[in-house]
Amino acid sequence: MLTIITPALLLLTFVAFSIAFWLYNTSKVQPVLCSLLHPLVTAPLLVSAVLLLSNIDYGEYRNANQPLFFLLGTATVALAVPLHQQFHHILSLAKPLLLTLLFGASFAVISALAIAWLLGANGETLISIAPKSVTTPIALGIAEKIGGQPGLTAGIVVFTGVIGAIFGPVLFRWLGTTDDRVKGFVLGICAHGVGTARAFEISAKCGAFSSLGLGLTGAITAIVLPWIVIYVLK
Amino acid sequence: MLKGLLVLLLFQGVGEAISHYSGIPIPGPVIGMILLFTALQLSPRTLPIGLGEAAHLMIRWLSLLFVPACVGFFFLTTTSTSQWLAITGVIVLATLLTMVATATLMAHLLAKQPELKSERSG
Repeated sequence: MLTIITPALLLLTFVAFSIAFWLYNTSKVQPVLCSLLHPLVTAPLLVSAVLLLSNIDYGEYRNANQPLFFLLGTATVALAVPLHQQFHHILSLAKPLLLTLLFGASFAVISALAIAWLLGANGETLISIAPKSVTTPIALGIAEKIGGQPGLTAGIVVFTGVIGAIFGPVLFRWLGTTDDRVKGFVLGICAHGVGTARAFEISAKCGAFSSLGLGLTGAITAIVLPWIVIYVLK
Repeated sequence: MLKGLLVLLLFQGVGEAISHYSGIPIPGPVIGMILLFTALQLSPRTLPIGLGEAAHLMIRWLSLLFVPACVGFFFLTTTSTSQWLAITGVIVLATLLTMVATATLMAHLLAKQPELKSERSG
C-alpha cells in the first residue's frame, strides 16, 4: 500500500502545482485576481484539500515529498550563479547595496519580533518568527539551530514570501519605484525565493538583483542570527 | 546540464559535510553557495553553460519546491489560536513595512549615485 501512496503523494505536489500555475497564467489578464491566485496560495490549498478528503496525515505527505525539501538546498547553492554573474553590479554599487542589505535584513528581523511581541507571541513563537525573511532552507537550518519550531518557521517564511510577491508590485506602484534594480533587490531581501521567482517575471535584471538580495540576506542572517538569538533571547 | 546539476549537488554535499562536522551554526547549503561563488569568482574560465542552465532551472522552479512546506502550515496543530493572531499580524505587517522602508532607502541611495557609473557597469 505504502509503495503506491508515496510516489502518488509526490505526484500530487506536481499536479497541484501545474493546476495552480495554469490558473495563475490564465488569470494574468485580471491583475487583482491574478495576484490572489499566486501558485503558492492555490497549490497548497489543493494539496491540503486532497489530504483532508483522503484522510492522509501531513507527516506521510511530508516524507513522500522529502526530495523537494532536499532540492531546496540545491536551489540555495544554485543562487551562487546569478550572484557570480551580477557581481560587477555589487562592486560598482557596493555602498548603496550593502547599506540597503544591512538595513533591510535587520529591519525585517526587528520589526517582526517587535510586532509579534506587541501581539502577544510567546518565546517559542518569537524564535520561530525571527528567521522569517530568509529563504526556507536557510531559515529551517537557523530555526533548528536556535530552537524554534521548524514546521512553523517554514510556514511563516513561505507566507512572508507570498505576501511580498503579491503586494510588492502594488507597493512599488504606490511608492513610484520604477527601477528594476530596487524592485529586485527589495523582493530578494524581503520575500526571498518566492519574491525572486516573481522578480524573474518582471525582468532578468530584476531577477538577478533579487537573487543577489536573497543570497546576501540569507548568508548574513544565517551567520549573524544564531549568535544574536543565543545571547539575547535565551 | 547534467554536469551542472552534479556540480550543484557536489557543492551542496561538501557544504552539508562542513556544517555537520565543524559545528558552525550556518546551514550546509549556504556554505555550499559561498564555496561555489568563491570558486566561480576565482576560476579564470567563463561560466560553464551547463552550470548556468542547471542553476537557471532550479531558480525558475523554486516555487514548486516550496509547496510541501506551505502545506505544512495548514496542518500545524501545536500552536494555539492566540499565537496565530501574532503570527498572521507579523507576516502581513512586518513584511509590508520592511518592503516600504527598504525600497525607500535604496531608491534614495541610488539617486545619490552618479548616473554614469551605474550605466557603464550595467
